[in-house]
Amino acid sequence: MIAIIDYGLGNLSSVLNMHKRLGIEAIITSDQNEIKAASKLILPGVGHFKKGMDNLNQSGLKSLLDELVLRDRKPLLGICLGAQLLTKHSEEGNVDGLGWVDAITIKFKQDKLNGLKIPHMGWSDVTIKQASGIFSDLPVEPRFYHVHSYHFLFENPSEIIATATYGYEFACAFKKDNIYGAQFHPEKSHKYGMKVLENFSKL
Amino acid sequence: MGRVRIIPVLLLNKGGLYKTIQFKKTTYIGDPINAVKIFNEKEADELILLDYTASIEKRGPDFKKIAEIAGEAFMPMAYGGAIRSLDDAKKVFDAGYEKIVLNSVLFEQISLIERVGSIYGSQAVVCAIDVKKNWLGKTKVFAYSGTSSSSYTPVEWAKRLEQAGAGEIFLNSIDRDGTWDGYDTDLIHSVAYVVQIPVVACGGAGSMDDFKAAVTAGASAVAAGSMFVYQKKGMGVLISFPSQNKILI
Repeated sequence: MIAIIDYGLGNLSSVLNMHKRLGIEAIITSDQNEIKAASKLILPGVGHFKKGMDNLNQSGLKSLLDELVLRDRKPLLGICLGAQLLTKHSEEGNVDGLGWVDAITIKFKQDKLNGLKIPHMGWSDVTIKQASGIFSDLPVEPRFYHVHSYHFLFENPSEIIATATYGYEFACAFKKDNIYGAQFHPEKSHKYGMKVLENFSKL
Repeated sequence: MGRVRIIPVLLLNKGGLYKTIQFKKTTYIGDPINAVKIFNEKEADELILLDYTASIEKRGPDFKKIAEIAGEAFMPMAYGGAIRSLDDAKKVFDAGYEKIVLNSVLFEQISLIERVGSIYGSQAVVCAIDVKKNWLGKTKVFAYSGTSSSSYTPVEWAKRLEQAGAGEIFLNSIDRDGTWDGYDTDLIHSVAYVVQIPVVACGGAGSMDDFKAAVTAGASAVAAGSMFVYQKKGMGVLISFPSQNKILI
């Protein structure tokens, strides 16, 4: 059973629907016991970084996730804001994140975008930088749907598993031990995203 | 490499899909769920679903129906039609949509953009601008599906919407709607030139060349209705999406 963690920030039903389509058992939940009982966790989310951290702190989910993911090493996949929250800090709201990976979250550098507009919103081809479970057997020319104004900036590039380009190249997916993050939305990326979620469920 | 989004626009009315010409003559197209399934198979970039009679008829969004439609969609979805409050917006996001499309409500409470954006992010707030020439031949922004003229020109209104926190502008030419005559590229250029946020062009597309012309005029993405629901101009219903759909920037 995969727990799709509900911390009050949007867009959870699409993640659930794709699992239903794949025939993978999953639930949307904020219940601590259900989250503990799950074999894997997905932290989705769309919205403001500060609001995301506030909600995780106030609901008590932050300490639960620290325990399950860092101590018990339960696999977790962060999606979009849910992945940004795993970094140390974000320029959005200037607040600290969970700090599980060696990265911060910064705003797209407008002066390096060659006139492209923020947010980066649309399909981007991604370049796989290193093999990792979630990118196994992807269809050719993998493309994923991105909607974001902020992106990861890694101090330790060995944790980057894929990049995309919007004005400049940025990390769009990472892996550190049992922790995975994707800036893009697998649940909205047709067969490409379906494969990523299927792979995650089989890890 | 970036790809320009090509976005089918589906017009919802009491559970069915319709297509309009210049926002007036309406034709029944079919079942929305069926259409979404076809767009999944064809890997459409994104869908915009608009309940175009909800505001005029003073109905709220049909949350049950739109959730049912989003449940079948494995691509980004936007919904517009009679969203009048933060609570309405929340219900739309919860129904599985990435974006909401606001229009008529903004002439009364433009602050709704900021209230939604501060929680869901500005990228989630699409503001529609419906444009047509009024009886004096002046190009104005219209509310309530083209039935109510405002005093704003598209450029004035686009600037105000951007200032108010809009994430994206969905720029729709009512005069070109359903005509297959190509986009109003002057309109696209005039608006894209004055705002930093992405402009999605809509109204009049009849070919891939039209898409390219819209992008050249400054559109960040292109939307169309007829092209994706009819075989050809004047011909029968055929839900489709181009397989050679790459426009690279």
